[in-house]
Amino acid sequence: MATSRVRGGLRLNAHKERSTEHALRPATAVESLVLPLDQHAGAPAVPLVKRGDRVLRGQPLAGPGGAISAWLHSPVSGTISAIEPRPAPHRLGAPALSIVVSNDGRDERHAAPSPTGFEQMAPEQLRDAIDRGGIVGLGGAVFPTAAKLRSAAAATSLRLLLNGAECEPYISCDDMLMRERARDIVFGARVLLHALAAQSCVIAIEDDTVQAAASLEAALSEAHDERIRLRRVASIYPAGGEKQLITTIFGVEVPHDGLPANVGVACLNVGTAAAVAQWIRDAQPLTRRIVTVTGDGVREQRNLEVPLGTSLGALIYDCGGYTGRMARLIMGGSMMGQALPHDDMPVIKATNCVIAASAVDLQPRGPEMPCIRCGNCSVACPAMLLPQQLHWYAQARDLAALETHGLMDCIECGCCDYVCPSQIPLVERFRDMKPALAAQLAARTAADAARARFDARTGRLERIESERSAVLARKRQELAKKSS
Amino acid sequence: MLPALLTMVGLAAAAGLAAALAARRPAADEQRLVDEIDALLPQTQCGRCTFSGCRPYAAALARGEADINQCPPGGDATAAALARLLGREPQPVDPRFGLVPAQPAVAWIDESACIGCVKCIQACPVDAIVGASRFMHTVIAAQCTGCELCIPPCPVDCIVMRPAQA
Repeated sequence: MATSRVRGGLRLNAHKERSTEHALRPATAVESLVLPLDQHAGAPAVPLVKRGDRVLRGQPLAGPGGAISAWLHSPVSGTISAIEPRPAPHRLGAPALSIVVSNDGRDERHAAPSPTGFEQMAPEQLRDAIDRGGIVGLGGAVFPTAAKLRSAAAATSLRLLLNGAECEPYISCDDMLMRERARDIVFGARVLLHALAAQSCVIAIEDDTVQAAASLEAALSEAHDERIRLRRVASIYPAGGEKQLITTIFGVEVPHDGLPANVGVACLNVGTAAAVAQWIRDAQPLTRRIVTVTGDGVREQRNLEVPLGTSLGALIYDCGGYTGRMARLIMGGSMMGQALPHDDMPVIKATNCVIAASAVDLQPRGPEMPCIRCGNCSVACPAMLLPQQLHWYAQARDLAALETHGLMDCIECGCCDYVCPSQIPLVERFRDMKPALAAQLAARTAADAARARFDARTGRLERIESERSAVLARKRQELAKKSS
Repeated sequence: MLPALLTMVGLAAAAGLAAALAARRPAADEQRLVDEIDALLPQTQCGRCTFSGCRPYAAALARGEADINQCPPGGDATAAALARLLGREPQPVDPRFGLVPAQPAVAWIDESACIGCVKCIQACPVDAIVGASRFMHTVIAAQCTGCELCIPPCPVDCIVMRPAQA
């Protein structure tokens, strides 16, 4: 099998072995679970329960609050102890309205409708069924899967791409999933192929994940489904970036203002496929996910299957607690992860990894020095941008130049930061400038819409006026004829 | 001698012809300039510039009949962009044409007070108000440009400007 590689990028020390030594195990149950209502992309979910209600495991707690939104289910049985703002990790500790469930430990299961074979469902029906499972993209973007499937299904000759290229250092939850739940992934792939009416599926993995590849190959030969193939990509960060992976696998580039569906590809994370399988086959909605707990600041580095809403502190305690060297708590990987102010925040659908970082894990950063125009960043940039130029224009706050140099195409992977000899926090600068540019682009779109509406109205008024004067002229003529 | 003379005469004739052709198409050039100016304007269609919309103002600017400082919704940024495009001296918005809004606003109709007179619907330059005679009206906030043209015609003063939702 040929190995393809991403353009640019970095070969980094993956730090994954330390968390993949131990087998996957469920996390210890906790007493209280906090479920933020806005933990997915799109509109926040709307609560269906009130304080004091008794709920069962798998029971819907909140329904979608818009066209792009997701269901939220209870991970345990118990009672709703509060619906109130709580610190949320996706808001870096700022409060988000959350449902708090207190666990009664009885683990009583909500009677879900008995699953029927997915092959008997029409693709639209199957997409609606996936929607009710509360399934969102588990690769990090937490975009509601049903909404993605609905928009992608409109494209013709669609190919499914399951992203198992977990390129960011420290994160190993997808690797662990592929090792231990390869059958779920393959079953999920078949469900997704049916839901998309797609013809073929590629599961992309990195070439250094030997065990995962072996177990996926075993599951594939067991499934006898020749539509699904396995492809290896070089283990280079960020090989698993959505647009990067599509270019590597299919040799086509996603347009900068477009979606993968524009080039006939629907890209989902392998974890999402496994979640789809567990919902469609076993009627288990998305209420737990695999989380990597790693870093030199925690005693036992491993992967756990964690009920959503478990606090990060409880998770660390479950792994033996902090070591004395613990310096910083990070949610996500070492390149794109966000530092959290404290651990009293829940695991959400987006939590793939928690790093309790010590000084050994953190790359020391010296003071920022001026840009020497070495160009290392543009060699490393996988999005084919020129970070040195973007840096220039970001300093000048020149939005027009930032737009033409493709600021909005920056995937914030951090490769430019990593290679910069002057230690310039480039991604931080770009992230700061993005909202201003996005606002300007939105204003331009709004102005174009207003212009179109104004032109349509002006045209309509002119047409009405000319029709009226034509009728008037005809009547005058008829009157003149009569009187003569 | 003669070939040189013929060459010179020929070149002069060609240049003259080209100049004449170019001079015959000022309309197309002006149209392009109006489009470029119009693209810089905020499309609020409020008429505060004393013209009947953004495009008429753009046309007047192209003809040199208006100044660049007449667009309060665009603010100083639009005035500066116009100055750059037209090669004029940059200047702030003239307060005689109205105050530059501190933040974008949209119209909001107090539906309990609305009597359904359709006067605001007729005034809206971008068809952003829905309703019918003797039925309640409402503003489509996403389409409202904040031009305030619906406020004066309302006989019961039930329209107010509210900050736009981001």
